[in-house]
Amino acid sequence: MNIIQQLSVFLENKAGRVSELTKILGQAGINLSAFTIAESSDFGMMRVVVSEPQRAKDLLKEHGFAVSLTDVVCLQTPNTPGSLNKALAILSENGVGIAYMYAFAEGDHARVILSPDNLNDCVRVLLDNKQRLIDADEIYSF
Amino acid sequence: MSRDEMRALQGKRLRETVERVYANTPFYRKKMQEMGIMPEDIQTVDDIVKLPFTVKTDLRDQYPFGLFASPMSEIVRMHASSGTTGKPVVAGYTRKDLGIWSEVLARTFSAGGCDSRDIFHIAFGYGLFTGGLGAHSGAERIGASVIPISSGNTEKQIQLMTDFGSTVLCCTPSYALYLAESIHKKGLQDKLKLRVGFFGAEPWTEEMRHEIEEKLRLKAFDIYGLTEIIGPGVSYNCSCQNGMHINEDHFLPEIVDPETLQPVAPGQVGELVFTTITKEGMPLLRYRTKDLTRLVYEPCECGRTNVRMEKIMGRSDDMLIIRGVNVFPTQIESVLLEFAEAAPHYHLYVDRVNNTDTFEVHVEMRPEFFSDNMSRMLDLKKRISARIQSVLGISAEVKLVEPNSIPRSEGKARRVTDKRNVYANK
Repeated sequence: MNIIQQLSVFLENKAGRVSELTKILGQAGINLSAFTIAESSDFGMMRVVVSEPQRAKDLLKEHGFAVSLTDVVCLQTPNTPGSLNKALAILSENGVGIAYMYAFAEGDHARVILSPDNLNDCVRVLLDNKQRLIDADEIYSF
Repeated sequence: MSRDEMRALQGKRLRETVERVYANTPFYRKKMQEMGIMPEDIQTVDDIVKLPFTVKTDLRDQYPFGLFASPMSEIVRMHASSGTTGKPVVAGYTRKDLGIWSEVLARTFSAGGCDSRDIFHIAFGYGLFTGGLGAHSGAERIGASVIPISSGNTEKQIQLMTDFGSTVLCCTPSYALYLAESIHKKGLQDKLKLRVGFFGAEPWTEEMRHEIEEKLRLKAFDIYGLTEIIGPGVSYNCSCQNGMHINEDHFLPEIVDPETLQPVAPGQVGELVFTTITKEGMPLLRYRTKDLTRLVYEPCECGRTNVRMEKIMGRSDDMLIIRGVNVFPTQIESVLLEFAEAAPHYHLYVDRVNNTDTFEVHVEMRPEFFSDNMSRMLDLKKRISARIQSVLGISAEVKLVEPNSIPRSEGKARRVTDKRNVYANK
């Protein structure tokens, strides 16, 4: 299972909205593995990888959030110069575009969440080229 | 009747009315004298612009009988509108006025395809309110059988409606929906014989019309009126249901800009103004209804040549002037209804920064249309802005906000925050 379900949450630009979200998920015992916030002038979009995506989605919906699930992949590269570039070169050589990505490095590894324009191609070319993808089960339990 | 014939008739009746109020109503005589207008200055319909306007507060100030143009001995009926603040608005009718009233309502009911074989279930309130007795007189005038049940007591309404086989329902649209739900709860919808309904006395939407038509299995017609002018029957739907035909041989309509009070260009939206040109008891000159609509002079498919008014689009009290452009919140609503991604819930923020008006439209997004795709969301904003620009002729900063974040309010929603202190001195 190389495909990861990411929560995308619409965030109005107002104080306390993110903490409201983290409070709801925290109280429900749902863990956040990674997230990023993109912003435009008046609204933001929070993208989150959580331990139980479907339950998190239902819960946030109940609390009035506009939320959807998006399929993404998680690439793991060595935490060394040039490693990310190698993976990205594979994708661009194979014509896979990326809408957005966010990453985090610690110790020996770096992990990169990718939202490609073609999910299946992305997974295929990365695996064919011996890149390591993190399984859903693995990342949900980080 | 051709437009020229109608205008000639209206001109003649307008002259007679002006003479009548000048002679009998001190309020109008004084106003006309202050403006330097004499009855003979009014010769044709076009001269109407010389006449003074009448507003609701004039009626309150003249409470109770100051605008009557007939002696009490000739007044045979009085009605009054409830009036949420202060004194009620009183209307007096002579015998001739009651005849006009039943005639315009007879036209209304005939236009809806009703005749003497129909059984009219009149669930408008009877009493000071014009709805009940007004509809009653029109239904009698066409020779229908009338059930004057008045409003309230839904159980009894449903019992008589099914037992008597009512074919026509007259009431407010909201009560029609309430009745429909009660009937469906009892599973009595198959016992109904209703085929036509006339609904009015409050604003209602096309969606409500469809819901009423579907649930009560009838054809729903709009009926417009106001106590000040005569009550229900000022204008009515024909079978085309495309605008309301105004009984303009009795009630002469104009559309004016609510700010400048000048007539708008033909077909433009503005405030509806009526002059009664046949009434004796309480004729009114250029009464400002505060209702916003536009007039359509093209002949209707039904063959009637009298002018039509569109469904009321809002109230002029709600009008905003932003960068010199008249903006009605309902126009924003109609734009949003074109976008499936947006809910028809919005809030307008107007402010003045560096002597320029800022205009923000906060729009609620429908949760099911939310997507991870940021550019699609930004595109939605852009498309709504462009549509507002083309409909209103003014640019707006559209902000998407979370579902259910705009407060819902019962009745008149407060949808505008105007932070400019331009009216501070008024």
